[in-house]
Amino acid sequence: MPAEHAFPDSAAKNASGEIEAERMSISMGPSHPSTHGVLRLQMELDGEVVRKAEPVIGYLHRGDEKIAENMTYNQFVPYTDRLDYLAPLANNMAYAIAVEKLAKLEIPPRCQAIRVITAEMARISAHLLGLGAFGIDVGAWTVFLYSFTEREKLYKLFEELTGARFTTSYSRIGGVTRDVPEGWTGRVNAFCEQFLPRLEETLSLLTRSRIFVDRTAGIGVISKEDAIAYGLTGPNLRASGVPLDLRKDKPYSGYEQYDFDVPVGTKGDGYDRYLVRGEEMRQSARIIRQAVARFPGGSWQAEGARRIVAPPKDRVLTSMEELIQNFMIVTEGPQMPAGEVYFEAENPKGALGFFIVSKGGGVPWRLKIRAPSFCNLSILPKVCVGAMMADIVSILGSLDFVMGECDR
Amino acid sequence: MVASNSELAYNSKIEGDVIVSRADAVINWIRSNSMWPMPMGLACCAIELMGVAASRFDIARFGAEVMRFSPKQADVMIVAGTVTYKMSSAVRRIYDQMLAPKWVIAMGACASTGGMYRSYAVLQGVDRILPVDVYVSGCPPRPEALLDALLKLQEKVKREPSASKLLSA
Amino acid sequence: MPAAIDAVAALKARWAGVTDRPSLDHPAVNVPASDLLGVLRSLKEEHGFDMLTDVAGVDWAAGARPRFTVVYHVFSTSRHEYVRVAADCADDAAPELPSAAGLWPGADWHEREAFDMFGIRFAGHPDLRRILMWDGYPHFPLRKDFPLAGIETVLPDAEVVAETGTGAIAAPMAGGPFVAAQGGTNMGDAEPRAKDESWSERRPKPNS
Repeated sequence: MPAEHAFPDSAAKNASGEIEAERMSISMGPSHPSTHGVLRLQMELDGEVVRKAEPVIGYLHRGDEKIAENMTYNQFVPYTDRLDYLAPLANNMAYAIAVEKLAKLEIPPRCQAIRVITAEMARISAHLLGLGAFGIDVGAWTVFLYSFTEREKLYKLFEELTGARFTTSYSRIGGVTRDVPEGWTGRVNAFCEQFLPRLEETLSLLTRSRIFVDRTAGIGVISKEDAIAYGLTGPNLRASGVPLDLRKDKPYSGYEQYDFDVPVGTKGDGYDRYLVRGEEMRQSARIIRQAVARFPGGSWQAEGARRIVAPPKDRVLTSMEELIQNFMIVTEGPQMPAGEVYFEAENPKGALGFFIVSKGGGVPWRLKIRAPSFCNLSILPKVCVGAMMADIVSILGSLDFVMGECDR
Repeated sequence: MVASNSELAYNSKIEGDVIVSRADAVINWIRSNSMWPMPMGLACCAIELMGVAASRFDIARFGAEVMRFSPKQADVMIVAGTVTYKMSSAVRRIYDQMLAPKWVIAMGACASTGGMYRSYAVLQGVDRILPVDVYVSGCPPRPEALLDALLKLQEKVKREPSASKLLSA
Repeated sequence: MPAAIDAVAALKARWAGVTDRPSLDHPAVNVPASDLLGVLRSLKEEHGFDMLTDVAGVDWAAGARPRFTVVYHVFSTSRHEYVRVAADCADDAAPELPSAAGLWPGADWHEREAFDMFGIRFAGHPDLRRILMWDGYPHFPLRKDFPLAGIETVLPDAEVVAETGTGAIAAPMAGGPFVAAQGGTNMGDAEPRAKDESWSERRPKPNS
């Protein structure tokens, strides 16, 4: 080393006599391709090694909880679309079930089956995007193109069912917006048929890819104890070896009828999280095919939902009773009993919870959204420490979070 | 009399290699067909923005597939999603770092007006902090709508007096 | 759900201050602030409720006593049951509770959020700062006396403010959101009307 490049004698040395370089502060985000939205990481680096990582969130805080307190239960459904905007159908369902618990509504089997099918399709769509984005983060652009091809097919089905590509507002309180179109379940089945081989093809680009394994295996290891202590849920928790899946362990919407496996990781590293998500997509397709195979007939709306949702438009214009009903729901909102309910659903990102405090009337007094991404990200200060700078991108990709839900 | 500079006179040998045009037309033609976007992906609209870049809609057909997160390399900022007050200063700083000429597309209701988020935390339209060229309606807009916005922006760029701007700058 | 009911019974037997809380689903208890950490620790270590899933602040409106309550939801990853624990803040002007961040590191962010939104302080919290709004934001948005539209505030970045000349303004509600008054009103009053925020950027708020 030339003398002028050597460290001066005055350079700080630590206890073991090694030279301690000056730490560098780096602000990553809020606009950064691998922060999947507007997460910001304030990091302190010692060379290439991260010594401290402080997530700064709130760049997408839109005030959803305050908005909920200012509108009726029905009016809030579109806002749930925009929490985890990769799986709006699953969010709609979680919110609807939470309010139905408050209203004590029994949901008919057909509606439950529709909800299960849509929620599992949403899971596939969310995991596909997570996979594609993870691929980009570690340098595999092709995966993104493959997964978006499949997502567009899903969007086509969503659009046929709900009228929108992904801001669906489909599951309403007491039922769904409308029945499934004729032949739709057959097309869903056809999608699953062709999706499974395509999924294998997509995953085969990564699973045995040397580059991908090197970038993810052993990176961002989360122990079982840490995962529980930080409140991780969803694939991130299961990858750490905790077989917790609310669909299995606390079934809702008729999930107990379906036969599916819960994949569980062993190491809790980024590669395990990737494998768990891949397997979950296969299981979701399995659930969808079962639900389609025994798709029940009957009503797609709960009997008691008449006091909650607006009546059909043609009836409103012709019948006095429905006109009054329509007026009441628009003016006062659906009348709910007073009380407190908390419901969590197994969403693609983890357990999405709604805690509703009602004082009666058509407006919630307080609606707290328990966002899985919020809890999943809270472990970042722990898991990033000691990682190389380049691994941060891989860790973020493997945690697969959505800021809309994290910040609300 | 023979012209000393043969390039100034008619030369049949280079006929067909020369196109006479206005500088504006040439500059605008180049600019409008290679707009590199700065994807300011903030919320839900960013997913449709990714969809535009992906296989089915393929924004590369319009010369705008080169998404650059570095503002120095970008020409058009696509503000896709809700701009909150906390985020607004970052958006403005990134806009300031982009090199002129630069354009802005406000994608979706939130970026255009605040949309359905009339609340204490949301900037009510990104045009409060930076000039917007094209607004796209929708929550989120379909990918086709964004492509249409890009075409609209290209039309707008083609009408700009680019040469005089360059000379006066 | 036997495990959760057993746990609640054991808590009530051990702490005199622990009382049943009305609930439509999971077993729930009211806990005085002084016993809160003991109850949570007992739930975690003796009854197997090892995951803190949610911490939610609630504001019962200005003038209510007590005004602020914090509701914890704990979950057992082995028995798959929830228990709801609610603790009232004794002081309405400067609400404070002990922090659960020592029990669950995941409580750290939840408590920061409750502080950010309601101004509830958590004693013993390692780093109690705002989390969703920016540092230096002067209000607590989820308090009931804070309007949905927001209150005019200066943005944090002075340079950007100087360049653009804007700040955080109260959102123009332009006649929305259309909601009825809450519960038990007669039809005439219940007609949907704009809350008292029906002014726009150009038209100033009446009577203020």
